[in-house]
Amino acid sequence: MLRDITLGQYYQTESVLHRMDPRVKLAGTLIYMISLFLYKNLTAYILAFLFLLSVIKISKVPFKYMVKGLKTVMVLLFITSIFNIFYTKGEPLFTIWKFVITKEGVANAVYIMIRLSFLIIGSSLMTLTTTPNQLTDGLEKLLGPLKKIKVPVHEVSMMMSIALRFIPILMEETDKIMKAQMARGANFESKKLMEKIKAMVPLLVPLFISAFRRANDLAMAMEARCYQGGEGRTRMKPLVYKKIDYVAYGVLIIYVASVIICGRLIPIHLL
Amino acid sequence: MGIIQTKNLVFEYIRRDEEGNVEGFTRAVDNVNLDIKQGDFIAVLGHNGSGKSTFAKHLNAILYPTEGAVFVDGKNTTKKDNLWDVRRTAGMVFQNPDNQIIGQVVEEDVGFGPENMGVPTKEIWERVEESLKAVGMYEYRKHSPNKLSGGQKQRVSIAGVLAMHPKCIILDEPTAMLDPKGRKEVIRAVRALNQVENITVILITHYMEEVIYADKVVVMDKGRVAMEGTPKEIFSKVDKLKELRLDVPQVTLLAHELKKSGVKLPDGILTTEEFVKELSKVFGNR
Repeated sequence: MLRDITLGQYYQTESVLHRMDPRVKLAGTLIYMISLFLYKNLTAYILAFLFLLSVIKISKVPFKYMVKGLKTVMVLLFITSIFNIFYTKGEPLFTIWKFVITKEGVANAVYIMIRLSFLIIGSSLMTLTTTPNQLTDGLEKLLGPLKKIKVPVHEVSMMMSIALRFIPILMEETDKIMKAQMARGANFESKKLMEKIKAMVPLLVPLFISAFRRANDLAMAMEARCYQGGEGRTRMKPLVYKKIDYVAYGVLIIYVASVIICGRLIPIHLL
Repeated sequence: MGIIQTKNLVFEYIRRDEEGNVEGFTRAVDNVNLDIKQGDFIAVLGHNGSGKSTFAKHLNAILYPTEGAVFVDGKNTTKKDNLWDVRRTAGMVFQNPDNQIIGQVVEEDVGFGPENMGVPTKEIWERVEESLKAVGMYEYRKHSPNKLSGGQKQRVSIAGVLAMHPKCIILDEPTAMLDPKGRKEVIRAVRALNQVENITVILITHYMEEVIYADKVVVMDKGRVAMEGTPKEIFSKVDKLKELRLDVPQVTLLAHELKKSGVKLPDGILTTEEFVKELSKVFGNR
Protein backbone atom coordinates (compact mmCIF):
# COMPACT_ATOMS: atom_id res chain seq x y z
CA MET A 1 0.00 0.00 0.00
CA LEU A 2 2.83 2.38 0.87
CA ARG A 3 4.26 1.93 -2.54
CA ASP A 4 1.12 3.23 -4.23
CA ILE A 5 1.28 6.68 -2.73
CA THR A 6 2.63 8.99 -5.41
CA LEU A 7 3.07 11.81 -2.93
CA GLY A 8 6.76 12.49 -2.58
CA GLN A 9 7.94 10.60 -5.62
CA TYR A 10 9.85 12.10 -8.46
CA TYR A 11 8.78 11.52 -12.04
CA GLN A 12 11.66 11.92 -14.49
CA THR A 13 10.79 13.74 -17.70
CA GLU A 14 11.77 16.91 -19.51
CA SER A 15 9.43 19.85 -18.96
CA VAL A 16 9.40 23.54 -18.08
CA LEU A 17 8.09 22.67 -14.65
CA HIS A 18 10.97 20.27 -14.06
CA ARG A 19 13.51 22.92 -14.95
CA MET A 20 11.95 25.55 -12.71
CA ASP A 21 13.63 26.68 -9.52
CA PRO A 22 12.41 24.63 -6.54
CA ARG A 23 11.73 27.84 -4.63
CA VAL A 24 9.16 28.90 -7.20
CA LYS A 25 7.46 25.54 -6.95
CA LEU A 26 7.43 25.58 -3.16
CA ALA A 27 6.03 29.10 -3.05
CA GLY A 28 3.59 28.26 -5.83
CA THR A 29 2.24 25.24 -3.98
CA LEU A 30 1.75 27.28 -0.83
CA ILE A 31 -0.01 30.09 -2.71
CA TYR A 32 -2.20 27.60 -4.53
CA MET A 33 -3.22 25.99 -1.24
CA ILE A 34 -4.14 29.36 0.24
CA SER A 35 -6.08 30.31 -2.88
CA LEU A 36 -8.23 27.20 -2.45
CA PHE A 37 -9.35 28.34 0.97
CA LEU A 38 -9.93 32.01 0.16
CA TYR A 39 -13.51 31.78 -1.12
CA LYS A 40 -16.21 29.22 -0.82
CA ASN A 41 -17.84 29.53 -4.22
CA LEU A 42 -17.68 27.86 -7.59
CA THR A 43 -15.98 30.76 -9.39
CA ALA A 44 -12.81 30.39 -7.36
CA TYR A 45 -12.84 26.63 -7.87
CA ILE A 46 -13.31 26.88 -11.61
CA LEU A 47 -10.30 29.18 -11.77
CA ALA A 48 -8.30 26.81 -9.52
CA PHE A 49 -9.32 23.91 -11.72
CA LEU A 50 -8.23 25.66 -14.90
CA PHE A 51 -4.94 26.63 -13.32
CA LEU A 52 -4.29 23.09 -12.11
CA LEU A 53 -5.22 21.62 -15.47
CA SER A 54 -2.79 23.85 -17.34
CA VAL A 55 0.02 23.14 -14.86
CA ILE A 56 -0.58 19.39 -15.24
CA LYS A 57 -0.45 19.83 -18.99
CA ILE A 58 2.85 21.73 -18.74
CA SER A 59 4.39 19.21 -16.32
CA LYS A 60 4.08 16.35 -18.86
CA VAL A 61 3.49 13.93 -16.00
CA PRO A 62 0.83 11.46 -17.18
CA PHE A 63 -2.47 12.15 -15.43
CA LYS A 64 -2.96 8.43 -14.84
CA TYR A 65 0.25 8.30 -12.84
CA MET A 66 -0.93 11.13 -10.64
CA VAL A 67 -4.37 9.65 -9.99
CA LYS A 68 -2.86 6.30 -9.11
CA GLY A 69 -1.42 7.94 -6.04
CA LEU A 70 -4.77 9.40 -5.11
CA LYS A 71 -6.55 6.09 -4.64
CA THR A 72 -5.51 5.58 -1.04
CA VAL A 73 -6.28 9.17 -0.13
CA MET A 74 -9.72 8.85 -1.75
CA VAL A 75 -11.00 6.83 1.20
CA LEU A 76 -10.11 9.66 3.53
CA LEU A 77 -11.76 12.19 1.21
CA PHE A 78 -14.89 10.13 1.08
CA ILE A 79 -15.19 9.84 4.85
CA THR A 80 -14.67 13.58 5.30
CA SER A 81 -17.41 14.47 2.86
CA ILE A 82 -19.87 11.96 4.38
CA PHE A 83 -19.42 13.61 7.75
CA ASN A 84 -20.02 16.96 6.13
CA ILE A 85 -23.27 15.80 4.58
CA PHE A 86 -24.70 14.55 7.87
CA TYR A 87 -23.42 17.08 10.31
CA THR A 88 -24.11 20.42 8.66
CA LYS A 89 -27.19 22.22 9.92
CA GLY A 90 -29.36 24.26 7.59
CA GLU A 91 -32.25 24.07 5.19
CA PRO A 92 -33.41 20.43 5.10
CA LEU A 93 -33.42 18.83 1.67
CA PHE A 94 -34.70 15.34 2.53
CA THR A 95 -34.42 12.82 5.38
CA ILE A 96 -33.10 9.27 5.38
CA TRP A 97 -34.22 7.37 8.46
CA LYS A 98 -33.00 9.63 11.32
CA PHE A 99 -30.58 11.74 9.34
CA VAL A 100 -31.55 15.06 7.88
CA ILE A 101 -29.69 15.93 4.73
CA THR A 102 -29.39 19.67 4.35
CA LYS A 103 -28.73 21.84 1.34
CA GLU A 104 -25.68 23.33 3.02
CA GLY A 105 -24.44 19.87 3.91
CA VAL A 106 -24.39 18.72 0.31
CA ALA A 107 -22.74 21.93 -0.79
CA ASN A 108 -20.14 21.63 1.96
CA ALA A 109 -19.39 18.04 1.02
CA VAL A 110 -18.84 18.96 -2.59
CA TYR A 111 -16.63 21.90 -1.65
CA ILE A 112 -14.51 19.86 0.71
CA MET A 113 -14.15 17.17 -1.94
CA ILE A 114 -12.97 19.70 -4.51
CA ARG A 115 -10.66 21.51 -2.10
CA LEU A 116 -8.90 18.43 -0.81
CA SER A 117 -8.46 16.70 -4.13
CA PHE A 118 -7.08 19.89 -5.73
CA LEU A 119 -4.82 20.34 -2.74
CA ILE A 120 -3.42 16.84 -2.99
CA ILE A 121 -2.95 16.91 -6.75
CA GLY A 122 -1.38 20.35 -6.48
CA SER A 123 1.16 19.36 -3.86
CA SER A 124 1.96 16.04 -5.49
CA LEU A 125 2.65 17.98 -8.70
CA MET A 126 5.44 19.71 -6.85
CA THR A 127 7.06 16.51 -5.57
CA LEU A 128 6.58 14.82 -8.92
CA THR A 129 8.57 17.48 -10.72
CA THR A 130 11.24 18.24 -8.09
CA THR A 131 14.00 15.89 -6.95
CA PRO A 132 14.26 15.49 -3.16
CA ASN A 133 17.64 17.18 -3.31
CA GLN A 134 16.33 20.23 -5.10
CA LEU A 135 13.50 20.32 -2.61
CA THR A 136 15.80 20.42 0.40
CA ASP A 137 18.00 22.99 -1.35
CA GLY A 138 14.96 25.13 -2.03
CA LEU A 139 13.74 24.83 1.54
CA GLU A 140 17.14 25.75 2.87
CA LYS A 141 17.28 28.86 0.74
CA LEU A 142 13.67 29.89 1.42
CA LEU A 143 14.01 29.42 5.16
CA GLY A 144 17.44 31.08 5.12
CA PRO A 145 16.28 34.22 6.95
CA LEU A 146 15.35 32.02 9.93
CA LYS A 147 19.08 31.49 10.54
CA LYS A 148 19.12 34.95 12.10
CA ILE A 149 16.93 33.71 14.93
CA LYS A 150 19.22 30.68 15.36
CA VAL A 151 17.09 28.11 13.55
CA PRO A 152 19.57 25.47 12.23
CA VAL A 153 18.23 25.61 8.67
CA HIS A 154 21.32 24.19 6.97
CA GLU A 155 21.64 21.32 9.44
CA VAL A 156 18.00 20.36 9.08
CA SER A 157 18.12 20.33 5.30
CA MET A 158 21.39 18.36 5.37
CA MET A 159 19.76 15.80 7.65
CA MET A 160 16.78 15.58 5.34
CA SER A 161 18.87 14.90 2.27
CA ILE A 162 20.99 12.32 4.10
CA ALA A 163 17.85 10.62 5.38
CA LEU A 164 16.54 10.44 1.83
CA ARG A 165 19.78 8.91 0.62
CA PHE A 166 19.76 6.25 3.33
CA ILE A 167 16.15 5.12 2.88
CA PRO A 168 16.93 2.56 0.16
CA ILE A 169 20.04 1.35 2.03
CA LEU A 170 18.10 0.79 5.23
CA MET A 171 15.29 -0.90 3.29
CA GLU A 172 17.77 -3.35 1.86
CA GLU A 173 19.21 -3.88 5.31
CA THR A 174 15.75 -4.56 6.77
CA ASP A 175 15.22 -7.16 4.11
CA LYS A 176 18.55 -8.81 4.91
CA ILE A 177 17.89 -8.87 8.66
CA MET A 178 14.41 -10.24 8.05
CA LYS A 179 15.80 -13.10 5.99
CA ALA A 180 18.50 -13.76 8.56
CA GLN A 181 15.93 -13.90 11.38
CA MET A 182 13.63 -16.08 9.30
CA ALA A 183 16.51 -18.50 8.80
CA ARG A 184 16.72 -18.62 12.59
CA GLY A 185 13.03 -19.43 12.90
CA ALA A 186 11.46 -15.99 13.35
CA ASN A 187 7.84 -15.76 12.24
CA PHE A 188 6.90 -12.64 10.29
CA GLU A 189 3.87 -14.15 8.59
CA SER A 190 1.55 -14.30 11.59
CA LYS A 191 -1.79 -12.52 11.23
CA LYS A 192 -2.25 -11.85 14.96
CA LEU A 193 -1.47 -8.30 16.00
CA MET A 194 0.40 -9.21 19.19
CA GLU A 195 2.62 -11.68 17.40
CA LYS A 196 3.22 -9.20 14.63
CA ILE A 197 4.43 -6.63 17.13
CA LYS A 198 6.60 -9.21 18.87
CA ALA A 199 8.17 -10.15 15.55
CA MET A 200 9.25 -6.55 15.04
CA VAL A 201 11.62 -6.60 18.01
CA PRO A 202 14.29 -8.89 16.52
CA LEU A 203 14.00 -6.83 13.35
CA LEU A 204 14.20 -3.35 14.81
CA VAL A 205 16.97 -3.89 17.34
CA PRO A 206 19.64 -4.95 14.81
CA LEU A 207 18.37 -2.34 12.37
CA PHE A 208 18.82 0.44 14.91
CA ILE A 209 22.27 -0.78 15.90
CA SER A 210 23.35 -0.85 12.30
CA ALA A 211 21.84 2.57 11.62
CA PHE A 212 23.83 4.04 14.50
CA ARG A 213 27.01 2.43 13.22
CA ARG A 214 26.35 3.83 9.78
CA ALA A 215 25.70 7.27 11.21
CA ASN A 216 29.00 7.12 13.04
CA ASP A 217 30.89 6.09 9.90
CA LEU A 218 29.18 8.73 7.83
CA ALA A 219 29.98 11.47 10.31
CA MET A 220 33.63 10.45 10.18
CA ALA A 221 33.64 10.38 6.39
CA MET A 222 32.01 13.81 6.24
CA GLU A 223 34.57 15.26 8.62
CA ALA A 224 37.39 13.71 6.64
CA ARG A 225 36.04 15.59 3.64
CA CYS A 226 36.27 18.90 5.48
CA TYR A 227 32.59 19.23 6.39
CA GLN A 228 32.27 21.98 8.97
CA GLY A 229 28.64 23.03 8.79
CA GLY A 230 27.01 25.51 6.43
CA GLU A 231 29.50 28.27 7.19
CA GLY A 232 31.78 29.13 4.27
CA ARG A 233 30.29 26.46 2.06
CA THR A 234 29.86 26.99 -1.67
CA ARG A 235 27.34 25.18 -3.81
CA MET A 236 27.90 22.96 -6.77
CA LYS A 237 24.40 23.62 -8.04
CA PRO A 238 23.49 27.06 -6.71
CA LEU A 239 19.88 28.16 -6.99
CA VAL A 240 19.66 31.05 -9.41
CA TYR A 241 16.40 32.50 -10.68
CA LYS A 242 16.11 32.36 -14.44
CA LYS A 243 13.69 34.01 -16.80
CA ILE A 244 11.09 31.26 -16.58
CA ASP A 245 11.08 31.57 -12.80
CA TYR A 246 10.17 35.23 -12.96
CA VAL A 247 7.52 34.43 -15.55
CA ALA A 248 6.17 31.74 -13.21
CA TYR A 249 5.99 34.20 -10.33
CA GLY A 250 4.12 36.59 -12.65
CA VAL A 251 1.63 33.89 -13.60
CA LEU A 252 1.11 33.08 -9.93
CA ILE A 253 0.36 36.69 -9.07
CA ILE A 254 -2.11 36.97 -11.97
CA TYR A 255 -3.78 33.75 -10.82
CA VAL A 256 -4.16 34.89 -7.22
CA ALA A 257 -5.41 38.32 -8.32
CA SER A 258 -8.03 36.83 -10.61
CA VAL A 259 -9.18 34.42 -7.88
CA ILE A 260 -9.64 37.33 -5.48
CA ILE A 261 -11.38 39.57 -8.00
CA CYS A 262 -13.67 36.96 -9.55
CA GLY A 263 -14.34 35.22 -6.25
CA ARG A 264 -15.54 38.46 -4.69
CA LEU A 265 -17.31 40.12 -7.61
CA ILE A 266 -18.99 37.26 -9.46
CA PRO A 267 -19.56 34.47 -6.95
CA ILE A 268 -21.52 31.49 -8.26
CA HIS A 269 -22.96 29.33 -5.51
CA LEU A 270 -23.85 25.70 -5.63
CA LEU A 271 -27.56 25.02 -5.09
CA MET B 1 61.09 15.74 5.41
CA GLY B 2 58.45 13.93 3.40
CA ILE B 3 54.77 14.55 2.91
CA ILE B 4 53.86 12.48 5.94
CA GLN B 5 56.06 11.95 8.91
CA THR B 6 55.33 10.29 12.21
CA LYS B 7 57.60 10.68 15.20
CA ASN B 8 57.38 8.10 18.00
CA LEU B 9 53.64 7.88 17.40
CA VAL B 10 51.78 6.24 20.29
CA PHE B 11 48.03 5.84 20.65
CA GLU B 12 46.34 4.32 23.68
CA TYR B 13 42.77 3.26 24.20
CA ILE B 14 41.33 3.32 27.67
CA ARG B 15 39.90 -0.08 28.53
CA ARG B 16 36.90 0.01 30.82
CA ASP B 17 35.01 -2.72 32.61
CA GLU B 18 31.22 -2.93 32.64
CA GLU B 19 30.80 -0.31 35.35
CA GLY B 20 32.95 2.12 33.43
CA ASN B 21 35.97 1.89 35.70
CA VAL B 22 39.31 2.15 33.98
CA GLU B 23 40.86 -1.29 33.70
CA GLY B 24 43.98 -0.27 31.90
CA PHE B 25 45.33 1.00 28.62
CA THR B 26 45.73 -0.76 25.32
CA ARG B 27 48.44 0.46 23.04
CA ALA B 28 46.91 0.33 19.57
CA VAL B 29 49.83 2.12 17.96
CA ASP B 30 53.22 1.79 19.58
CA ASN B 31 56.17 3.95 18.69
CA VAL B 32 55.77 4.20 14.93
CA ASN B 33 58.35 6.21 13.02
CA LEU B 34 57.70 6.64 9.35
CA ASP B 35 58.77 9.15 6.71
CA ILE B 36 56.78 9.01 3.51
CA LYS B 37 57.97 10.86 0.42
CA GLN B 38 55.69 12.67 -2.05
CA GLY B 39 54.66 10.33 -4.86
CA ASP B 40 55.31 7.11 -2.97
CA PHE B 41 52.96 4.14 -2.97
CA ILE B 42 53.06 2.74 0.54
CA ALA B 43 51.20 -0.37 1.60
CA VAL B 44 50.50 -1.01 5.25
CA LEU B 45 49.88 -4.67 6.03
CA GLY B 46 48.72 -6.38 9.14
CA HIS B 47 46.15 -8.84 10.42
CA ASN B 48 43.02 -7.75 12.33
CA GLY B 49 43.84 -5.72 15.41
CA SER B 50 47.38 -4.94 14.37
CA GLY B 51 46.71 -1.22 14.70
CA LYS B 52 46.88 -0.40 11.02
CA SER B 53 43.47 1.32 10.84
CA THR B 54 44.13 3.27 14.03
CA PHE B 55 47.40 4.37 12.52
CA ALA B 56 45.65 5.49 9.33
CA LYS B 57 43.15 7.62 11.26
CA HIS B 58 46.02 9.63 12.68
CA LEU B 59 47.15 10.74 9.26
CA ASN B 60 43.84 12.51 8.67
CA ALA B 61 43.52 14.05 12.14
CA ILE B 62 40.52 11.90 13.03
CA LEU B 63 42.48 10.55 15.98
CA TYR B 64 45.20 12.43 17.81
CA PRO B 65 48.39 10.85 19.13
CA THR B 66 48.67 10.09 22.85
CA GLU B 67 52.42 10.57 22.57
CA GLY B 68 54.66 11.65 19.74
CA ALA B 69 53.48 13.60 16.72
CA VAL B 70 52.25 13.33 13.14
CA PHE B 71 53.24 15.86 10.52
CA VAL B 72 51.30 16.15 7.28
CA ASP B 73 53.07 18.34 4.76
CA GLY B 74 55.09 19.74 7.63
CA LYS B 75 52.02 20.60 9.73
CA ASN B 76 51.42 19.11 13.15
CA THR B 77 48.01 17.41 13.20
CA THR B 78 47.33 18.16 16.86
CA LYS B 79 47.20 21.91 16.27
CA LYS B 80 43.60 23.07 15.80
CA ASP B 81 44.55 25.67 13.18
CA ASN B 82 46.06 23.01 10.96
CA LEU B 83 43.03 20.71 11.03
CA TRP B 84 41.42 21.66 7.71
CA ASP B 85 44.77 22.00 5.96
CA VAL B 86 45.70 18.51 7.08
CA ARG B 87 42.40 17.04 5.92
CA ARG B 88 42.72 18.82 2.61
CA THR B 89 46.26 17.53 2.04
CA ALA B 90 45.58 13.97 3.12
CA GLY B 91 42.24 12.64 1.90
CA MET B 92 40.81 9.48 3.34
CA VAL B 93 38.79 6.65 1.80
CA PHE B 94 37.05 4.29 4.20
CA GLN B 95 36.09 0.65 4.12
CA ASN B 96 32.34 0.72 3.62
CA PRO B 97 31.41 2.53 0.40
CA ASP B 98 27.76 2.97 1.44
CA ASN B 99 28.63 4.83 4.59
CA GLN B 100 30.78 7.48 2.98
CA ILE B 101 28.71 8.55 0.00
CA ILE B 102 26.68 11.59 0.97
CA GLY B 103 25.12 12.71 -2.30
CA GLN B 104 22.13 11.16 -4.00
CA VAL B 105 23.69 11.56 -7.41
CA VAL B 106 27.28 10.54 -8.19
CA GLU B 107 28.39 14.01 -9.30
CA GLU B 108 26.83 15.67 -6.25
CA ASP B 109 28.75 13.37 -3.96
CA VAL B 110 32.05 14.10 -5.68
CA GLY B 111 31.29 17.80 -5.34
CA PHE B 112 30.72 17.53 -1.59
CA GLY B 113 34.38 17.97 -0.60
CA PRO B 114 35.04 21.04 -2.77
CA GLU B 115 31.71 22.54 -1.60
CA ASN B 116 32.90 22.26 1.99
CA MET B 117 36.19 23.89 1.10
CA GLY B 118 34.44 26.88 -0.41
CA VAL B 119 35.60 26.32 -3.98
CA PRO B 120 33.76 28.53 -6.53
CA THR B 121 30.91 26.80 -8.39
CA LYS B 122 32.57 26.77 -11.80
CA GLU B 123 35.72 25.20 -10.44
CA ILE B 124 33.71 22.56 -8.55
CA TRP B 125 32.28 21.36 -11.85
CA GLU B 126 35.75 21.20 -13.39
CA ARG B 127 37.12 19.27 -10.44
CA VAL B 128 34.18 16.86 -10.44
CA GLU B 129 34.57 16.15 -14.13
CA GLU B 130 38.31 15.65 -13.89
CA SER B 131 38.15 13.39 -10.81
CA LEU B 132 35.38 11.24 -12.21
CA LYS B 133 37.37 10.82 -15.40
CA ALA B 134 40.47 9.88 -13.42
CA VAL B 135 38.70 6.92 -11.81
CA GLY B 136 36.77 6.03 -14.96
CA MET B 137 33.32 6.82 -13.58
CA TYR B 138 32.45 9.83 -15.74
CA GLU B 139 29.67 8.13 -17.64
CA TYR B 140 27.92 7.33 -14.36
CA ARG B 141 27.87 10.94 -13.13
CA LYS B 142 24.08 11.24 -13.26
CA HIS B 143 23.42 7.86 -11.63
CA SER B 144 22.21 7.20 -8.12
CA PRO B 145 25.00 5.67 -5.99
CA ASN B 146 22.55 3.03 -4.80
CA LYS B 147 22.49 1.48 -8.25
CA LEU B 148 26.26 1.05 -8.58
CA SER B 149 28.33 -2.02 -7.75
CA GLY B 150 30.66 -2.06 -4.75
CA GLY B 151 33.76 -1.41 -6.82
CA GLN B 152 32.08 1.46 -8.63
CA LYS B 153 30.89 3.00 -5.36
CA GLN B 154 34.38 2.82 -3.95
CA ARG B 155 35.76 4.51 -7.08
CA VAL B 156 33.20 7.28 -6.59
CA SER B 157 34.48 7.66 -3.01
CA ILE B 158 38.02 7.94 -4.35
CA ALA B 159 36.88 10.56 -6.86
CA GLY B 160 35.22 12.43 -3.99
CA VAL B 161 38.55 12.64 -2.21
CA LEU B 162 40.40 13.43 -5.41
CA ALA B 163 38.18 16.44 -6.11
CA MET B 164 39.66 18.06 -3.02
CA HIS B 165 43.05 18.00 -4.78
CA PRO B 166 44.92 16.22 -2.01
CA LYS B 167 48.63 15.51 -2.16
CA CYS B 168 48.10 12.21 -0.46
CA ILE B 169 45.30 9.66 -0.31
CA ILE B 170 44.93 7.23 2.56
CA LEU B 171 42.81 4.21 1.79
CA ASP B 172 41.68 2.29 4.85
CA GLU B 173 40.96 -1.24 3.60
CA PRO B 174 39.02 0.06 0.60
CA THR B 175 38.57 -3.40 -0.87
CA ALA B 176 37.60 -5.38 2.22
CA MET B 177 33.90 -5.43 1.33
CA LEU B 178 34.29 -5.95 -2.42
CA ASP B 179 34.28 -8.97 -4.70
CA PRO B 180 37.47 -9.85 -6.62
CA LYS B 181 36.34 -7.88 -9.67
CA GLY B 182 35.59 -4.77 -7.67
CA ARG B 183 38.89 -5.15 -5.85
CA LYS B 184 40.78 -5.14 -9.12
CA GLU B 185 38.90 -2.05 -10.36
CA VAL B 186 39.75 -0.10 -7.24
CA ILE B 187 43.40 -1.09 -7.15
CA ARG B 188 43.80 -0.26 -10.82
CA ALA B 189 42.31 3.20 -10.22
CA VAL B 190 44.56 3.78 -7.22
CA ARG B 191 47.68 2.75 -9.11
CA ALA B 192 46.79 5.05 -11.99
CA LEU B 193 46.46 7.99 -9.61
CA ASN B 194 49.82 7.24 -8.13
CA GLN B 195 51.61 6.87 -11.44
CA VAL B 196 49.85 9.49 -13.56
CA GLU B 197 49.02 12.20 -11.04
CA ASN B 198 51.94 11.50 -8.72
CA ILE B 199 49.67 11.39 -5.69
CA THR B 200 51.09 9.75 -2.59
CA VAL B 201 49.07 6.64 -1.78
CA ILE B 202 48.91 4.92 1.56
CA LEU B 203 47.01 1.70 1.17
CA ILE B 204 45.96 -0.12 4.30
CA THR B 205 45.05 -3.70 3.47
CA HIS B 206 45.31 -7.33 4.38
CA TYR B 207 45.24 -8.61 0.81
CA MET B 208 48.74 -9.56 -0.25
CA GLU B 209 47.99 -9.28 -3.97
CA GLU B 210 47.42 -5.55 -3.59
CA VAL B 211 50.78 -5.00 -2.01
CA ILE B 212 53.05 -6.18 -4.80
CA TYR B 213 52.82 -2.89 -6.73
CA ALA B 214 53.83 -0.76 -3.76
CA ASP B 215 57.14 1.08 -3.53
CA LYS B 216 57.39 0.20 0.09
CA VAL B 217 55.58 -2.19 2.40
CA VAL B 218 55.14 -1.65 6.12
CA VAL B 219 54.03 -4.68 8.11
CA MET B 220 52.38 -3.89 11.43
CA ASP B 221 51.91 -6.19 14.38
CA LYS B 222 50.61 -5.31 17.85
CA GLY B 223 50.83 -1.64 16.99
CA ARG B 224 54.51 -1.78 16.08
CA VAL B 225 56.22 -1.75 12.74
CA ALA B 226 57.31 -5.36 12.41
CA MET B 227 58.84 -5.25 8.93
CA GLU B 228 59.62 -2.53 6.43
CA GLY B 229 60.98 -2.74 2.90
CA THR B 230 60.22 -3.26 -0.77
CA PRO B 231 57.66 -5.96 -1.64
CA LYS B 232 60.51 -8.18 -2.79
CA GLU B 233 62.34 -7.84 0.48
CA ILE B 234 59.21 -8.47 2.49
CA PHE B 235 58.06 -11.50 0.54
CA SER B 236 61.44 -13.13 0.59
CA LYS B 237 60.87 -13.65 4.31
CA VAL B 238 57.99 -16.08 4.00
CA ASP B 239 58.54 -17.67 7.39
CA LYS B 240 58.52 -14.35 9.21
CA LEU B 241 55.27 -13.37 7.48
CA LYS B 242 53.68 -16.63 8.54
CA GLU B 243 54.73 -15.90 12.09
CA LEU B 244 52.85 -12.61 11.84
CA ARG B 245 49.79 -14.55 10.64
CA LEU B 246 49.84 -13.06 7.17
CA ASP B 247 49.19 -14.94 3.95
CA VAL B 248 51.74 -14.86 1.20
CA PRO B 249 50.68 -14.71 -2.50
CA GLN B 250 50.34 -18.24 -3.83
CA VAL B 251 53.14 -17.91 -6.39
CA THR B 252 55.52 -16.64 -3.75
CA LEU B 253 54.61 -19.51 -1.49
CA LEU B 254 55.09 -22.06 -4.27
CA ALA B 255 58.47 -20.60 -5.15
CA HIS B 256 59.43 -20.63 -1.50
CA GLU B 257 58.49 -24.30 -1.11
CA LEU B 258 60.31 -25.26 -4.31
CA LYS B 259 63.39 -23.47 -3.12
CA LYS B 260 63.25 -25.26 0.18
CA SER B 261 63.25 -28.60 -1.64
CA GLY B 262 66.29 -27.71 -3.67
CA VAL B 263 65.19 -25.85 -6.82
CA LYS B 264 67.46 -22.86 -7.40
CA LEU B 265 64.99 -19.98 -7.43
CA PRO B 266 65.61 -16.40 -6.24
CA ASP B 267 63.82 -15.01 -3.20
CA GLY B 268 60.71 -12.86 -3.31
CA ILE B 269 58.99 -13.89 -6.53
CA LEU B 270 55.75 -11.89 -6.69
CA THR B 271 53.98 -12.52 -9.99
CA THR B 272 53.19 -15.56 -12.08
CA GLU B 273 55.12 -14.14 -15.07
CA GLU B 274 58.21 -13.68 -12.97
CA PHE B 275 57.86 -17.20 -11.61
CA VAL B 276 57.52 -18.71 -15.09
CA LYS B 277 60.58 -16.78 -16.26
CA GLU B 278 62.72 -17.90 -13.36
CA LEU B 279 61.52 -21.44 -13.61
CA SER B 280 62.34 -21.63 -17.32
CA LYS B 281 65.81 -20.32 -16.49
CA VAL B 282 66.32 -23.28 -14.21
CA PHE B 283 64.75 -25.96 -16.37
CA GLY B 284 64.94 -24.28 -19.78
CA ASN B 285 68.21 -25.86 -20.83
CA ARG B 286 66.97 -29.40 -20.56
